[in-house]
Amino acid sequence: MGRVVLVTGISRDMGRRFARAAAGDPSVDRVIGVDVVPPRGDLGDVSFVRADIRNPVIAKVLAKEDVDTVVHMSVIATPGSAGGRGTMKELNVIGSMQLLAACQKSATVERVVVKSTTTVYGSSPRDPAMFTEDMGPKRLPSSGYAKDVYEVEGYVRGFARRRPDVAVTMLRAANVVGPHVSSPLTNYFRLPVVPRVLGFDPRMQFLHEDDLLRVLRHAATSGVPGTFNVAGDGLMTLSQAVRRLGRPSVAMPRMAVGRLGATMRQARFSDFSPEQLGFLTYGRGVDTTRMRTVLGFEPEYTTAEAFADFCRAMSPAAREGAGRA
Amino acid sequence: MPEPRHSGEEDAVVIPIGTGGRPGRGSGSARPSAAARNLAPTPRKSSAGRQPGPRPATTDVRPSASAPEDAGRAEAADAAPTTGIPVGDWLSAAQEAAHEVFGDDWERRLAELMAFVRRRLEGDYEVDDYGFDRELTERFFMAALRPIAEKWFRLEVRGLENIPAEGGALVVSNHSGTVPLDGLMTMLTVHDHAHRFLRPLGADLVFRLPFVSSLARKSGATLACVEDAERMLCGGDLVGVWPEGFKGIGKPFSERYKLQRFGRGGFVSAALRTGVPIIPLSVVGAEEIYPLVGNVPSLARLLGVPYIPITPFFPWLGPLGMVPLPSKWIMEFGEPIRTDSYDPAEADDPMLVFNVTDQVRETIQHTLFDLLRERDGVFS
Repeated sequence: MGRVVLVTGISRDMGRRFARAAAGDPSVDRVIGVDVVPPRGDLGDVSFVRADIRNPVIAKVLAKEDVDTVVHMSVIATPGSAGGRGTMKELNVIGSMQLLAACQKSATVERVVVKSTTTVYGSSPRDPAMFTEDMGPKRLPSSGYAKDVYEVEGYVRGFARRRPDVAVTMLRAANVVGPHVSSPLTNYFRLPVVPRVLGFDPRMQFLHEDDLLRVLRHAATSGVPGTFNVAGDGLMTLSQAVRRLGRPSVAMPRMAVGRLGATMRQARFSDFSPEQLGFLTYGRGVDTTRMRTVLGFEPEYTTAEAFADFCRAMSPAAREGAGRA
Repeated sequence: MPEPRHSGEEDAVVIPIGTGGRPGRGSGSARPSAAARNLAPTPRKSSAGRQPGPRPATTDVRPSASAPEDAGRAEAADAAPTTGIPVGDWLSAAQEAAHEVFGDDWERRLAELMAFVRRRLEGDYEVDDYGFDRELTERFFMAALRPIAEKWFRLEVRGLENIPAEGGALVVSNHSGTVPLDGLMTMLTVHDHAHRFLRPLGADLVFRLPFVSSLARKSGATLACVEDAERMLCGGDLVGVWPEGFKGIGKPFSERYKLQRFGRGGFVSAALRTGVPIIPLSVVGAEEIYPLVGNVPSLARLLGVPYIPITPFFPWLGPLGMVPLPSKWIMEFGEPIRTDSYDPAEADDPMLVFNVTDQVRETIQHTLFDLLRERDGVFS
């Protein structure tokens, strides 16, 4: 008998694409997608259940469908898409809590895969060059996406402690780029003129969207427990990225970039978040040794190749199609 | 602009010095300033045919009473900007200049330079995990530092054979000079003489400051923390540390060449854990480049920096005070202190770590005293 996979956050592009890819996997029997709003694209063989993970209904879904693998992808980074920071926080934190509570009660769940992010490490001048999975942020995140993820990770660790029989895999993905990705960082690179912080050249690591789908599928089917950094090989600096992109950039003092970001956020022009300012100042690098040795996953794209693919999609011919989707 | 001199009203001799109110050397504008026009003598015999310009009274003040060939030359000079130098002359001059700058195989060198510029502009270069930009460091930073080391500080290097040709090693040096120039000079020395890149470990202040942080990362530095040190040493890099830190470079001139506390020995435990040799480095001469005689602690606290230096020259002479004094430098790499005989687990033994730290510190201190006895004078 194949596995029954429940995917949360299916209304968003990556969630939907992962669910479809998982449905195509021979070891997977059925895929159930859960979200508050129905997905826009084609779902294929995935059955959609309209449920809010913020309330206990999700426990009934788990029990009724005999779900044994839960892939939690609905921790969102953009307050704009959720309808404000308050809703976003509730979706992320309360939603994750409810989902984990349901998993804890469930007798069928064997694996839980949580898509986390390297944003949880923060960005500061005291950071080591490469974060390993055992390290935490040098300064606890005080707001926004980073704080949500930090809290969600705490709940996931608590769940793993209480249910040692469930294999919990936490994937800390580097910034995902690709032709279809709409994240604060890709929207930043889509700005007509890219603002940079004067005097700083942060290091960045990227993960291609296809690699994210592959690693989630790998984790869901292999069930290796643990926390893993997932990123393409190598690093790029922001100045390098901007030059490869061929966009004009303007260097401004840190304060001015923050102010500009806040203005753009208020104008709903871009999802420029405060923690992104730290990233654009100090950058971040993560060590992916454990991803190879323990998880047994090898990304197809290096950081440079992933970004090159993103650049290709940004070329003038493709730009009309992609827009700010 | 020098004031044009003219001897008499009637003789109207050739004006020997000055530009006579026309735009002179360095004025940069085509039109003379009002002051210059006032200074210029008005021409007494204006020859209308020679001055068709809109400002006949002021533009040309060369007396027409001078020799006819003078007038001819003046006309040629006036005409020069309009006709210009022939294109062929420009080309040959450019070719000559390229030959002068790049040497005999200037065409290849110029093509290389253009390729370099293109790669930089298109972002087509690699950085390593720490943000180290090898090409930029070799082509730009090292080239900029080399004349300072060779011409200004007349750097003398000893004990180069103690730097291993490959594999991880930890260079531990004394720190001095108010501004960490000794670190830059050590990086250059290791690159030029040992043909390896020294990867310095810097304080977190370095990575907090704009410009400094991106330059530091690009030239191969990383944060002085146990994680980064061990990662670099494991990767077989030659790592440089200055364990005195700000206590070392910011110490008063009266305490020169007295080693400060060597941190908490974190560098020793990193070396013990990775089993790499520790190479003590003693630098003499860096103490004298900016003699630190005072500090403004309140302002330093306000700005969040460890000290605001006051030297005999610095705030008083402005930017000129920032020129380091041309002291003569001696760098001596000491015999490596091996750590591979210890067990990596012994890195957690504080007593052993303190002992090795002291051993390194004593070695550097004694070498410093020896070098000081040896040198004839600070600037010779």
